[in-house]
Amino acid sequence: MVRIREFEQHARIGYDRGEIPGVVHLSIGQEAVAAGVCANLTREDYVASTHRGHGHCIAKGADTTAMMAELFGKTTGTNKGKGGSMHIADFSVGMLGANGVVGGGIGIAVGAAQASRLLGKANVSVCFFGDGAVNRGPFLEGLNWAAVFELPVLFVCEDNAFSAFTRASTTTAGKGAAARAEGIGVRSRSVDGNNVFAIYDAVGELLQRVRAGDGPAFLHAPTYRLDGHTVFDSAPYRSNEEVERHREDDPVAYVESRLHQWGVDGAELDRIRVEAREEMLRAMERARSAPFPQPADAFADVQLIGAPPC
Amino acid sequence: MLTEKPATTTLTIAQAAREALAEEMRRDPTVWALGEDLAAGGIFGTYKGLVDEFGPRRIVSTPISESMIMNVGFGAALAGTRPVIEMRILDFALCAWDELINQIAKARFMFGGQTNVPLVVRLPQGIGRGFQAAQHSQSLEAWLVHMPGLVVIAPATAADEKGMLKTAIRSDDPVVLLDPKSLFATSGEVPGGEYTTPIGVARIARQGADVTVVTWSSLLPTVLSAAESAQGEGVSVEVIDLRSLWPWDRDAVLASCAKTKRVLVAHEAVQIGGFGAEIAATINAELGIPVSRLGAPRIPVGYSPVLENTYRLSADRVLGAIRATAARSV
Repeated sequence: MVRIREFEQHARIGYDRGEIPGVVHLSIGQEAVAAGVCANLTREDYVASTHRGHGHCIAKGADTTAMMAELFGKTTGTNKGKGGSMHIADFSVGMLGANGVVGGGIGIAVGAAQASRLLGKANVSVCFFGDGAVNRGPFLEGLNWAAVFELPVLFVCEDNAFSAFTRASTTTAGKGAAARAEGIGVRSRSVDGNNVFAIYDAVGELLQRVRAGDGPAFLHAPTYRLDGHTVFDSAPYRSNEEVERHREDDPVAYVESRLHQWGVDGAELDRIRVEAREEMLRAMERARSAPFPQPADAFADVQLIGAPPC
Repeated sequence: MLTEKPATTTLTIAQAAREALAEEMRRDPTVWALGEDLAAGGIFGTYKGLVDEFGPRRIVSTPISESMIMNVGFGAALAGTRPVIEMRILDFALCAWDELINQIAKARFMFGGQTNVPLVVRLPQGIGRGFQAAQHSQSLEAWLVHMPGLVVIAPATAADEKGMLKTAIRSDDPVVLLDPKSLFATSGEVPGGEYTTPIGVARIARQGADVTVVTWSSLLPTVLSAAESAQGEGVSVEVIDLRSLWPWDRDAVLASCAKTKRVLVAHEAVQIGGFGAEIAATINAELGIPVSRLGAPRIPVGYSPVLENTYRLSADRVLGAIRATAARSV
């Protein structure tokens, strides 16, 4: 969680300095969901993510140096600078991509699960999406599909309270995401999205049954997006007081206080923070010195048959 | 012992498609198919009986959830299988355009070449049996050829349907197969034994000397019929069945056009903004000769026979365009 927080804060710095050229969606305040879910996964399990996906990538084991280089648009990036923040993928750790389309990852995770079953593999697929995606068709289609085919999928609604600039509560009817999932017949749990321990335990229980072949499960994890929708967004649609109130529920601070209570001393917590900061500073330095793609690289990786002439 | 070359067999295009899929599924256990009503054989019979041989986990009858059919196929292609994604008819695939255009077509590039995207999307297109009106009759190859990342094929014979579908299934690219809906029941000779047909190579469907007609998919039999009529009028027509739209066989097209110097590009799709314009522009740029185009008027397909026939290209209309092209001075 601390590594995710530090990565996001350094991505913000990189954008502010003009070193990161494009759009970045930060997940500051939402780190517990990525960490609590992915701590239950193995490298063989699949994850499909969202446009706000840095945390999911890091929690699934992606290399932060390659991720930062991707944000900088460099050839050493996870995607050779071709995807940027919204498309970071690392297939070597089962991370099937962030996604620029809300709800775009749902079908990918369901399809990966269907492939796993066809191939006789025992892994599961996890799909992260936000509160906005529950109002898109793929939410209904994907949950229904996973349920009727009894596929090993965990759906995670990381509800950060905002669909871009608009409060999700003003655009979502009914009793919420978990009720919708239950209505489709998918076993559901709601849990405090800022409490990594609660998330870890709930996901552990849900995945036990998913791995046992009992079909998909659904986790609703309400949290709060402490930054704007993108790095361009100062979030004028909410008050500073509201944000400050939510800072008191900061999931990283919560973990630290709990660890402190359990006897982990302050020096140890400081060491974790310093190591994470140094990791991200090194990642930025490496990204800074890495080469940009050449124009010819724009013609590579498009397709094998009928590839564009350079 | 005699080692004879296996004889050809006569199959409909639907039967040829079914045979291609069955052979590839026997050959490779990671090949599977998903779409509506597949266990029932599919609406055109192209999956008939396959569930009996391969079971419901490889011939998957899905919910009517087009975007999920497309995206599940995509996710499954990323996770080590080779799905054949059946969209029933092209018009319904518009509900899954995000998944096809934003996800499938771009994945290899967007992910920096980390993954292949080995899948086939089957989009039966065109007027079909007729009188199905505006949402069941469209030909939209121009949209698809426009999209980087996709391979687009449009066979018009049983032999090509089988051979090209097999090639498509073995390909590591996403291949869009535009099944010629109106020709599914048309029979043709199919080579016996194992064969595949390459993508990107056109076929000379009829040899001729005076006029070249470039066409594909459902319009091919209409063009061949018009070419036969033109022969009776003393005009020798060479018909190129393009078969593969991206990549398309520039060399074959340009060679024929250089020979005849009178060229018509004809397709069932709307003429304005159609893929014929790209071919015409290429021929003109490379050879400096004018190119005639023939396609449907830019109107939705109407239900009533008079309305549909106003959209549909008849052999007479193709013949008229051939005559006009033949009359050009070169």
